[in-house]
Amino acid sequence: MKRHLNSTIPGKLSLFIALLAITFAVNSCTPNDPYRAEDAGKNIYYSTFAEPPTHLDPARAYSANEYRLLAQIYEPPVQYHYLKRPYELIPLSAAEVPAPKYYGKDGRELLGDATPQLVHRAVYDIKIKKGVFYQDHPAFAKDNSGRQLYRGITDNELKNIKIPRDFPEKATKELTSDDFIYQIQRLADPGLHCPILPILNKYILGLDDFSKALDKDLKNIRAARKKRIGSTYNQVADEKADPIILDYSRHALPGIEKIDDYTFRITLKRKYPQFIYWLAMPFFSPMPKEAITFYSQGPLKKKNITINRFPIGTGAFRMDNYEPQREITLVKNENFRGEPYPSIGEENDAAKGLLADAGKSMPFIERAVYKLEKEAIPRWNKFLQGYFDLSGIGSDSFDQAIKMGSAGGVNLSEELAEKDIKLITSIQPSTYYTGFNMLDDTVGGYTKEKQKLRQAISIIINFEEFIEIFANGRGMAAMGPIPEGIFGKLEGRAGMNTVTHRWDDKKNIAVRRSVEEAKKLLAEAGYPNGLDKDGRPLIITFDNAWTGASSSPMINWFIKRFKLIGIQLENRTTDYNRFQEKINKGNFQFFFLGWNADYPDPENFFFLLAGENAKVKTGGANGANYENPEFDRLFKIMENMESTPKRLEIINKMTRILQEDAPWVWGYSPLSFSLAQGWVGNIKPNSMANNTLKYMKVDTFKRAELRKKWNAPVLWPIAAAAVLLILVAIPAIIIIKKKASNGGRG
Amino acid sequence: MFTYITRRLLYAIPILIGVNLLTTLLFFYVNTPDDMARTMLGEKNLTPEIVENWKKDHGYDKPLFINTKEDGLSKVTQTIFFQKSAPLLWLDFGSSDRNNVDIAEEIRGRMWASMAIAIPTFIIGIATFLTFSMLLAYARGTYLDIWGVTLCVVMMSVSALFYIIGGQFFFGKMLKLFPISGYDTGLHAAKFVILPVLIGVIGSIGGSVRFYRTVFLEELGKDYIRTARAKGLAERTVLFKHALKNAMIPILTNVVVSIPFLFYGSLIMESFFAIPGLGSFTIDAIGSQDFAIVRAMVYLGSLLYIAGLILTDISYTLADPRIRLE
Repeated sequence: MKRHLNSTIPGKLSLFIALLAITFAVNSCTPNDPYRAEDAGKNIYYSTFAEPPTHLDPARAYSANEYRLLAQIYEPPVQYHYLKRPYELIPLSAAEVPAPKYYGKDGRELLGDATPQLVHRAVYDIKIKKGVFYQDHPAFAKDNSGRQLYRGITDNELKNIKIPRDFPEKATKELTSDDFIYQIQRLADPGLHCPILPILNKYILGLDDFSKALDKDLKNIRAARKKRIGSTYNQVADEKADPIILDYSRHALPGIEKIDDYTFRITLKRKYPQFIYWLAMPFFSPMPKEAITFYSQGPLKKKNITINRFPIGTGAFRMDNYEPQREITLVKNENFRGEPYPSIGEENDAAKGLLADAGKSMPFIERAVYKLEKEAIPRWNKFLQGYFDLSGIGSDSFDQAIKMGSAGGVNLSEELAEKDIKLITSIQPSTYYTGFNMLDDTVGGYTKEKQKLRQAISIIINFEEFIEIFANGRGMAAMGPIPEGIFGKLEGRAGMNTVTHRWDDKKNIAVRRSVEEAKKLLAEAGYPNGLDKDGRPLIITFDNAWTGASSSPMINWFIKRFKLIGIQLENRTTDYNRFQEKINKGNFQFFFLGWNADYPDPENFFFLLAGENAKVKTGGANGANYENPEFDRLFKIMENMESTPKRLEIINKMTRILQEDAPWVWGYSPLSFSLAQGWVGNIKPNSMANNTLKYMKVDTFKRAELRKKWNAPVLWPIAAAAVLLILVAIPAIIIIKKKASNGGRG
Repeated sequence: MFTYITRRLLYAIPILIGVNLLTTLLFFYVNTPDDMARTMLGEKNLTPEIVENWKKDHGYDKPLFINTKEDGLSKVTQTIFFQKSAPLLWLDFGSSDRNNVDIAEEIRGRMWASMAIAIPTFIIGIATFLTFSMLLAYARGTYLDIWGVTLCVVMMSVSALFYIIGGQFFFGKMLKLFPISGYDTGLHAAKFVILPVLIGVIGSIGGSVRFYRTVFLEELGKDYIRTARAKGLAERTVLFKHALKNAMIPILTNVVVSIPFLFYGSLIMESFFAIPGLGSFTIDAIGSQDFAIVRAMVYLGSLLYIAGLILTDISYTLADPRIRLE
């Protein structure tokens, strides 16, 4: 027993130390390296994702985390220029940016500036590039008779197949106009739930009828299957085993026509200049029919090999591995035709080195690895260790990353600057705002008194302060619905909201009006000191979906701001679904929401306040239920105009109407801060383009050097801990020895 | 024993149906199918027609328990409860409501990652807990015991999150000995497993050692131990052959019931270490209101729990021949 105890504990310790030593040896000199040794020094871009994408089907995907992958794989007809500002559309899979032709009721062609009332049809002839090929994929593999090779595949044949890469036979095919037409038809498929179908139905000729016809087809097929199977019919299980593929060719869609293999035509029911922006979104990417017939097979669905996970595109990258629970990998598409890096940019781009690769063939990166990192702390620490090439800045790490200058300037902290990390800032084409329910008896309505009540509240909700406290200064207080960088947003004094701000000539900035001015307006609205004519305090309810623990300071801030003019703000936080329900039914007074633009045009912001989109009346996006006939009249004119000085004039008028009516308290546009390691090149923030991976490059030699330098293991604490353990073990051994010699007694 | 196990398995059927019923009731008490549709579809450009279509496609357009619009048997079969619950009985977990992935395939893919963390944590943990608890029980009343128990109380008072974040910070960030988080497949997973296992074991030492120490103390105070010592048996024999063997019933109660759950993974640990296991799968499903996954995982949890209880009963017969399963 004595010998046993004496020999075993140091023995275990040495075993533990030996195991650690082996682990370190295996992992060379950077044991915390999360990547495989064989990937060291390779031209790989490393990034993260916090939430796996839900859909990678371009007919359905609509969120940023889906677009950052999809946009690298699919190629819609047009794309945003990477460097130029304001944002400019250039061809992608199209041979040229399509220009619409307008036709009157009599079929005669009209001039480009024809008024919307005269335009009966808007026609876009889209010519696509020749010689564009899809990535190699088993969906294109054919047998000797020309039939799809893997059609009718069985569970048994899929035994050793986990992802499309595992199929032995793959092939490619050339991109044709049929693929674009098929994808647009898919947008109307009721089984796909395309989120922009209600918008497209308003514009594309015949799309509404086409989607109704498909819906009817789907219902008929389901009814027939239910009749056949009887009471045990389970639609979900049935369609999983035997997916329904609707035959689009059974119905006419006059708005989409094939001209030839490389040209197709989209006809709109009316003038809609913003339509061109939709053509830059993945919804209009080409989709080969083979992809859908291949993926719509029950056995493949059972193995989760679907179009939602393994897209098939013509873009610079292709999906190599998709494990959303761990890692998503894109690799360079071997069949990509190559695309030259832009040679023109903004004025300072050349000085910043952004034109150094002008004309070189893209993409520059061989592989992009996206790792799942749900928690902010490990993600941030791994970025600091050099294991991720780009990073956002969370509120927890903001102070560590950013140093605010005395003059309000923003700089990197010394720690990060020393590491040669670069700070990239950009204004997002988004707006966060608080709004009033214009249907509400107290805060809604269009009388002077109601206007003044909302104006008073607009003054006291100091969004400049809100940004400082809750967004670490990352935002710009808004003066109207249009955020920075979008046509129609005026700078300086001209762009100031005179209702809530006044101009300070000395500082040359807009300064928020005082609380006294707000109180005066409130008194004129019939609520002196926040009391109504009967002396009762004015109580307004605040609806939001801020259920997180960190939200209570924000809510308290709002309550305090309202208190400044004597109004009692009653908080009504609910979960997001209840909140949506209240907004849908108009059962609220004051709410907080945000909007992220689909395209860089003021129409995409003004439509949120157009009467035709009032939430309660039409179920549209106008949550405030604002309806001003003059504003709506101007909106109708503005929405169909090109961005000309005349349009700007109308936009200014509309903005002034909104500022006076104050249906929203103009909140702020978020300023995005992100960080790039010093070894990442060609980085320029572009809030509209998503296909930015092809422009980026990585200095792999520099990365390897710095990673090694930053991640040398610290071993002495382990040795110290081992010594401490031995020191603690000695008295324990003595005690046990004593006990043992006493036959178990103390 | 066969009859006993058969009977227990038959008892499991109403239990599983009851679990399903309760899950469905609770889920739909908190969420409506419209809520689910809105969550899955996002807020942009959402119309009532799109919401209705989604419900129809996912089978949530039906009544919960009784479909009065149907006739005969269809009154029961054409309902959310029947259509979603019946396939579970033959282990058909269906597809996720969020992205239509096959749940069984996901479980098959993720369980290995959960087990890669849970099994070593479990085995190393049991060995560590039993060793330390036996040591403390043996050294009862000495400084070793007093300081050991104090340390255990301190350790069990610290939040699991502290161990995780502190461990990542100390071993991953400061010492740079292990990757802070992440996972890889096959043998490449080894370097990602060490830190969570280490933290998992350290984080559980306090509570577990105290529990097992109590078990051993009770045994060490019994007459048969005194007799064994009086016979002049070596302390090692007294401890490992007599005390440990007789303490097996409470140990088995605690241990065997946990074995099936090794497959289920650890919710927090997997999330912080980005381990692609079943724990994070369940947490994500709850967060995204994916009823299909929640239902499947709750059902699987019940199955595992029942299996664990049956295994525990069987293990009693092995540990103590006096126990018979009839």
